[in-house]
Amino acid sequence: MDVLRTDGITMQFGGVRAVSDLKLNIQEGEIVALIGPNGAGKTTVFNMVTGVYKPTSGNIFYTKETGKEVNITGKKPSDIAKLGIARTFQNIRLFKDLTVYENVLIAKHLHLKSDFLSATLHLPWYMKEENNDKKEVEELLKSVNLWDIREEKSSSLPYGQQRRLEIVRALATSPKVLLLDEPAAGMNPNETEDLTGFIKEIHDKFKLTVFMIEHHMDLVMDISDCIYVLDFGENIAKGTPDEIQSNDRVIQAYLGVDEDA
Amino acid sequence: MAKKQKLILTILLLIVLFALSWVVNIAMDSYVRRIINLCLIYAIIGLSMNVTNGFTGQFALGQAGFMALGAYVVGVFTVPVKLRASVFYAVPMNPLIANIQLPVWAALIGGGILAAFVAFLIGAPVLRLKGDYLAIATLGFSEIIRIVITNASSFTNGALGIKDIPTLNDTRYIFVATAITFIFISLLINSSYGRAFKAIREDEIAAEAMGIDLYKHKCLAFMISAFFAGIGGGLYAMLLGTVDPKNFLFTLTYNFLLIIVLGGMGSITGSMLGAIVVTAGLEYLRVFDEPLELFGVNIPLFRPGFRMVIFSILLMICVLFWRHGIMGTKEFTWDGAREFVKHPLRMFHRKGVA
Repeated sequence: MDVLRTDGITMQFGGVRAVSDLKLNIQEGEIVALIGPNGAGKTTVFNMVTGVYKPTSGNIFYTKETGKEVNITGKKPSDIAKLGIARTFQNIRLFKDLTVYENVLIAKHLHLKSDFLSATLHLPWYMKEENNDKKEVEELLKSVNLWDIREEKSSSLPYGQQRRLEIVRALATSPKVLLLDEPAAGMNPNETEDLTGFIKEIHDKFKLTVFMIEHHMDLVMDISDCIYVLDFGENIAKGTPDEIQSNDRVIQAYLGVDEDA
Repeated sequence: MAKKQKLILTILLLIVLFALSWVVNIAMDSYVRRIINLCLIYAIIGLSMNVTNGFTGQFALGQAGFMALGAYVVGVFTVPVKLRASVFYAVPMNPLIANIQLPVWAALIGGGILAAFVAFLIGAPVLRLKGDYLAIATLGFSEIIRIVITNASSFTNGALGIKDIPTLNDTRYIFVATAITFIFISLLINSSYGRAFKAIREDEIAAEAMGIDLYKHKCLAFMISAFFAGIGGGLYAMLLGTVDPKNFLFTLTYNFLLIIVLGGMGSITGSMLGAIVVTAGLEYLRVFDEPLELFGVNIPLFRPGFRMVIFSILLMICVLFWRHGIMGTKEFTWDGAREFVKHPLRMFHRKGVA
């Protein structure tokens, strides 16, 4: 079953067609990668799916937990997050001045049912929710080995940990689909390997569908079930890692065409 | 320290302060009382402004307008009915409200609610803006409020202002109002909504991706801020006994901006501290405004207005050494206080680092 599906979305910025007529079919539980050279429109796809941009044309559909498919085109990012699509950012966007713990706890706010008055007055039903959230955050942080540094300011963490924390923060919203925008950017091979393991781990543990943009081909080929290749906004190939590696158009897009041949 | 211990200490502190306000009320003359009351009222408004500017990170400068709304609701509805003919001598009061007189507490809360409602209306167009643009827009709306008040003569007595408002120069009541504001805002900031506000301050895009509805939360912060500014404005009107549109020029807002910047944007205890330092400081610097003779020579610098020069220099020094205000985004905590008592000099050690 497709958890996320688009029927040919196009994004036009003035004269630039950043993404044109992209059809995505992302199956529940898959790890799907979106690759392509710089400027191919990958992040634009993420921004459309998460509601930052409204596609110029085309629709995006998301299948809710109940099995009902809804059209999420042009919805507010906060509403899309509530439906169960969480994301990370290419350039880390943590809440810098807040602690690790606060960063993750904030992600629980979207499921809060109490209104602001009962929250402010710390009424019993709010406290119940709050304690519940805190317990869940504690469990989550412990399970990813961030509990010991929970009181650190998020901006004081080493780079790799910040990346990890951003993923954990997204996880705290209890998503069904996790969008990772270049999770391994700026990492060395060792860190990348750790991250690969981490993504696999959370994918299995939280029964997630992972949709990621990545440039590290080792990582992509290692864990993806399906790969989409974008070049100048066009979807030039789709398939399993093996199919993509032997695809001529993909090789051309990455390496160029030998004019003399 | 255990959580319970801290709570008991906080409650004790509040009781001691309340007792102190009682003593102030009996023992101090009305001049000192007035300064202390003004400190407390400015603390309310400083706190309210910190909700939008410090915690939610929205640079809004509409506080004077919301204060004016609160002040005028108190002014219009608490002047005794039999005095109204003499107050509204130029344009008679609109018959719709001419005979409505509210108890003080109802007028205060009504003023807060009106301010919050207006904030809700203003919020829709204004809160889409960010940074300097939001500042200008809110400043503009605050002036619009003032000008509407100036021209709605049959309700507000226009430029003549309203006099004969029952005065309240009673530190106990004002202290209670400040304490309630302080507790409410502390609880709010420590709730899930407060965390959401902080998330918006830190990174709007990330906050939105985490499912925080930006408009809804900004509007909420703006309304809460306006509500308490309205309450503060009402108390201010009662402290003065008169209201006049000129009291609420946009320059008034800068007082509170000063308070929160000096105290620390995003620090509740900082706002309290800032309110006291700014209000009391401006009063006690008045010695510089009076002519001074030393050894028979009249020092020419000492003349009206000189205190502002001194005050500005002090401010500059403050901002140079405490770049994020006295408290920064930190709060006064009992643990911090204990640490300070043990090692009073340690707080100066890290100064060079920041």
